[in-house]
Amino acid sequence: MAGARGLALKRPSALPGFGLALGFTLTYLSLIVLIPLAALILKTASLGFSGFWEIVTAPRTLAALRVSFVISLIAAAINVVFGVIVAWVLIRYRFPGRRVLDAIVDLPFALPTAVAGIALTAIYAPNGWIGSWLAPLGIKVAYTPLGIGVALVFIGLPFVVRTVQPVLEDFEREIEEAAASLGANRRQTVFRVMLPALMPSILTGFALAFARAVGEYGSVIFIAGNIPFVSEIAPLLIVIRLEEFSYAQATAIAAAMLFIAFAVILFVNLVQAWQRRRFGQ
Amino acid sequence: MSDLIYGLDFVTEDRARSVTTERRPVRIALILIAVAFLTIFLLLPLVSVFSEALRAGLGAYWEAISEPDALAAMRLTLLVAAIAVPANFLFGLAASWAIAKFEFPGKSVLNTLIDLPFSVSPVISGLVYVLLFGLQGYFGAYLQSEGIQIVFAVPGIVLATIFVTFPFVARELVPLMQEQGIGDEEAAISLGASGLKTFLFVTLPNVKWALLYGVILCNARAMGEFGAVSVVSGHIRGKTNTMPLHVEILYNEYNFAAAFAVASLLALLALVTLVVKVALEWRFADQISASGRH
Repeated sequence: MAGARGLALKRPSALPGFGLALGFTLTYLSLIVLIPLAALILKTASLGFSGFWEIVTAPRTLAALRVSFVISLIAAAINVVFGVIVAWVLIRYRFPGRRVLDAIVDLPFALPTAVAGIALTAIYAPNGWIGSWLAPLGIKVAYTPLGIGVALVFIGLPFVVRTVQPVLEDFEREIEEAAASLGANRRQTVFRVMLPALMPSILTGFALAFARAVGEYGSVIFIAGNIPFVSEIAPLLIVIRLEEFSYAQATAIAAAMLFIAFAVILFVNLVQAWQRRRFGQ
Repeated sequence: MSDLIYGLDFVTEDRARSVTTERRPVRIALILIAVAFLTIFLLLPLVSVFSEALRAGLGAYWEAISEPDALAAMRLTLLVAAIAVPANFLFGLAASWAIAKFEFPGKSVLNTLIDLPFSVSPVISGLVYVLLFGLQGYFGAYLQSEGIQIVFAVPGIVLATIFVTFPFVARELVPLMQEQGIGDEEAAISLGASGLKTFLFVTLPNVKWALLYGVILCNARAMGEFGAVSVVSGHIRGKTNTMPLHVEILYNEYNFAAAFAVASLLALLALVTLVVKVALEWRFADQISASGRH
């Protein structure tokens, strides 16, 4: 009886291959993802809490974490503003070149990060296409925290656009018409009827862009200047500690990064669930 | 006051203006903002790669992409992708078959775990393998006694690449196969087809374009991955340098023209990826996953 229940892992089905498919999936998932991540947790645990805390609260680590998280938040916020505008324009308006623009939005997904990094550096260097315009104004982008922001806006943009786009596409015109017929002007309809309904997708895009930005390495290190306490990001500090063979330090910083990033994503998910309850859907 | 302005608008602009769109100046302004933003942040970097690559002339360009170290980097990048992409292809098929065609407890947890590598920093993706297989790692001593090297060698690069490209195929297939249900497969089985035949001749044709879509994206990331590979590679020229790592080395040696020349090949790969992706989306929109996220 108990044995029969134990075997009935799945609901009965006429299709074969469940055991093989699930077995392969779980084995592969464990070998590639779960066991390696468990090694990270195990190593962190072996440091003990005081050891972990000492590494994470060291001034240089704190500074790197602050640079990573603060600039990622700002970049994700910029992406929300422009990402929503881009999604809106691509879905709602018809103009020449729209499809090309739509396709180019995915460029940060397709372009290797190192290539993006050196290209952005070339553009924003004092003698670059944009840098030479900004230099007379006294604005330096390359080799400053501002450069980190530019790189993080680059890699985060498609996350916001691509999460907002399908929701906006499915948005029912009847709702807008209802708002208008009840006397709302266009601005009221957009800001008080449509944007609240888009909020969950906007937040999802924000969270995805933020999570990607916090971990980003390739596109940032070329443009950042990498000065400790100023423009050194947490992933770079991990690499530096690894090159010094300080595995414990690298692991602790990595664990702290993962922990904070997951906490932020959890928070956003909670806000999203609250939003859905409040506005329906 | 604002009522008056809106009222005037209504009279002077266009009487039949739809209530579900913005006024013309607003529309034009928004389009200009979007175009300017995308041009500055996306288009300009892409153009600059090719412009910088050709700055020193075609001769220098050719030299940069045909010197032995560059060729070795290209070969390694192709080799790594040739292992990582099929591995994740097989995994994507197995995972989507199990998740989409069967009901079992823990399914949503499994679905979440598959996406996990996307929320891990590339640097950490490399670090975990150093912790496992590095000299001070959990299996380090054993591997050394056996004379096997994983980290700072090709196997480590392959593993790190598989990790970062892990979800690509599965996440395209799972939602699509869930949407398609199991009706076709049940019909085939009830008509006497074997499980394997059903899979090859019923399931696969139903998902072939989504499969190609996932593989294209997986391949682009596999060939372009930098952070994870950088951590486990050891940067041995001609041996453990992939193309993105080769770009970094050239760049750090201030050999900018050569760095951008190799980078332009990767940018070309990105462009081809985008073109194929868009072509698939236009031609087979209904046959690849409806979700817009990748």
